Amino acid sequence: MGDVRLMKGNEVIAEAAIRCGCDGYFGYPITPQSEVLETLAIRRPWEETGMVVLQAESETASINMLYGAASTGKKVMTSSSSPGISLMAEGISYLAGAELPCLIVNVQRGGPGLGTIQPSQADYFQTCKGGGHGDYKLIVLAPASVQEMYDFVELGFELAFKYKNPAIILSDGVIGQMMEKVELGEYKPRWTAEQIQEISGSWACLGKAGRERHISTSLELDPYGMEKNNLRFQAKYREMEAKEVRYEMFDCEDAEYILVAFGSSARICQKTVEIARSKGLKVGLLRPITLFPFPTPIIRELAGTVKGFLSVEMNAGQMVEDVRLAVNGKVPVEHFGRYGGVIHTPEEVFDALKQKLIGE
Amino acid sequence: MDVKDIIKPENLVYQKSHVLTDNVMHYCPGCSHGVIHKLVAEVIEELNIQDKTIGVSPVGCSVLAYNYIDIDWIEAAHGRAPAIATGVVRVNPDKYVFTYQGDGDLASIGAGEILHACNRGENIVVIFVNNAIYGMTGGQMAPTTLVGQKTATTPYGRDVNLNGYPMKITELIAQLPGTSYVTRQSVQTPAAVRKCKKAILKAFENVGNKKGTSFVEVVSTCNSGWKVDAVEANCWMEKNMFPYYPLGDMKDSEKESPESFK
Ligand SMILES: Cc1ncc(C[n+]2csc(CCOP(=O)(O)OP(=O)(O)O)c2C)c(N)n1
Repeated sequence: MGDVRLMKGNEVIAEAAIRCGCDGYFGYPITPQSEVLETLAIRRPWEETGMVVLQAESETASINMLYGAASTGKKVMTSSSSPGISLMAEGISYLAGAELPCLIVNVQRGGPGLGTIQPSQADYFQTCKGGGHGDYKLIVLAPASVQEMYDFVELGFELAFKYKNPAIILSDGVIGQMMEKVELGEYKPRWTAEQIQEISGSWACLGKAGRERHISTSLELDPYGMEKNNLRFQAKYREMEAKEVRYEMFDCEDAEYILVAFGSSARICQKTVEIARSKGLKVGLLRPITLFPFPTPIIRELAGTVKGFLSVEMNAGQMVEDVRLAVNGKVPVEHFGRYGGVIHTPEEVFDALKQKLIGE
Repeated sequence: MDVKDIIKPENLVYQKSHVLTDNVMHYCPGCSHGVIHKLVAEVIEELNIQDKTIGVSPVGCSVLAYNYIDIDWIEAAHGRAPAIATGVVRVNPDKYVFTYQGDGDLASIGAGEILHACNRGENIVVIFVNNAIYGMTGGQMAPTTLVGQKTATTPYGRDVNLNGYPMKITELIAQLPGTSYVTRQSVQTPAAVRKCKKAILKAFENVGNKKGTSFVEVVSTCNSGWKVDAVEANCWMEKNMFPYYPLGDMKDSEKESPESFK
């Protein structure tokens, strides 16, 4: 085993950024994710790896700093929590429209509005269905442990550059604030100018020398041209759906009922599965790791063998819509969740399962 | 002597900058943007920095500036150019980064971004084209619209009770310690054009010397938006805008010690 530590999820995001060769972080304080910027400020990576860290004047500024830095082919990221992500929505749409690779982290809190600083998963729609304007998709990774907070920083960058698309880690206040054992990876050097040239040289804005000028833009005034751009985006999203779906299954082999949950809700549901199994009920858990692309094919497959699904989310019912689309009416699909910053217990989930699906 | 004998390479006194593309500009005849683009291109050529310059274009009439100046460009969301330029220059400190912004872009929707970028002293150039109106969207009131000036959204003239006062944002920016050079120029006569070019040149040189933010306002015309012809627009600008937005350097750290701003 390598470098194993006990760390907070938010601290780990900062540590992962430094170790994976990130070039720059731009962010604005907001609970429950402020430790990301604070950890970076303590770590001073600019002295160690040359990574730039800047506290922006707002989330509007952070996301646009990200847009500028990403336009030069560098590995850059920002993090925030729900209200801050709302403020970034315009910039996120521009990033997707200009096809810029970058990483965004949302450590969700309860809303709407200023809401609460307690954990929530109520930004599923915002993250997976839009948030900003236009037909775009983000690559959405949902960590369920502090280890995944670490691992998904590098994975997020990898996918973002592979598809020239923003990636987002959709975390929540539980994962951001809790401390767990985490194995930190090796330090990877930041890309050299030559590597950036090789990876992003065909589009990055680094100064026009002996080539056509590069323009980083989402603007295309000709509607037919803009439709063409959209067709290109859609083809990319279909490719992600074909190649990048990630999920995890617990006890699904013989399951009659399946809980579908992501992030911290999935951690709670693991316990619910144990409770159910101890009472002789055949219950399994499907944990989507990518929320876009959504694990539609496996849910569709399971719908042929199980009696029902319960989508368990810390919101009023958002991912359940995608589960229903996948199941397409074959078996009942219900939702359970506490919301506004309240976290459900394994027992509450078990009761809901019995009430809504098993019928007791 | 015949004209043909005069047009010879050895007699050449002026030519179009090779940093300008051959694209036909979409600007209305009489608009100041074209002249300012030309000056920026000439300065980039003279400093030989085409390969290290990154422009950030705004939302406004000059949104398509990237069609005309032959360098790498990033097209910003409305008002966000200074944040974008910050991102570029922070991870690429060796580049010459500039924003090119209108008054709506810079002084209204982007007032926060410009103040903070200048306050941090980002090592960039800001070209601020103040035509006292929103040109692109059809001539609505800008923060810099003069009191009494008629626009599509102040059809009876700008009323201070309703709309407040024209914003002298350049004066505000000159107060910020992060800026090293803050000036207000114009381009309505050959003499003004030459002066303005000197200012833009100095601003780009400052970036090479890592002096912090250099800010060049160009008081400009929008004859279409103002609904006058090009000549009248120049006269109107001189008569009405210059008294409220007086030309000249507001701050030059070369002449004054930077400490005096701090
Ligand atoms: C978020 C957002 N709000 C509004 C607009 C519409 N819009 C486009 S350009 C513009 C005003 C530009 O005026 P100015 O910056 O003065 O530049 P000019 O066109 O006069 O050169 C507005 C309001 C937009 N594109 N984006």
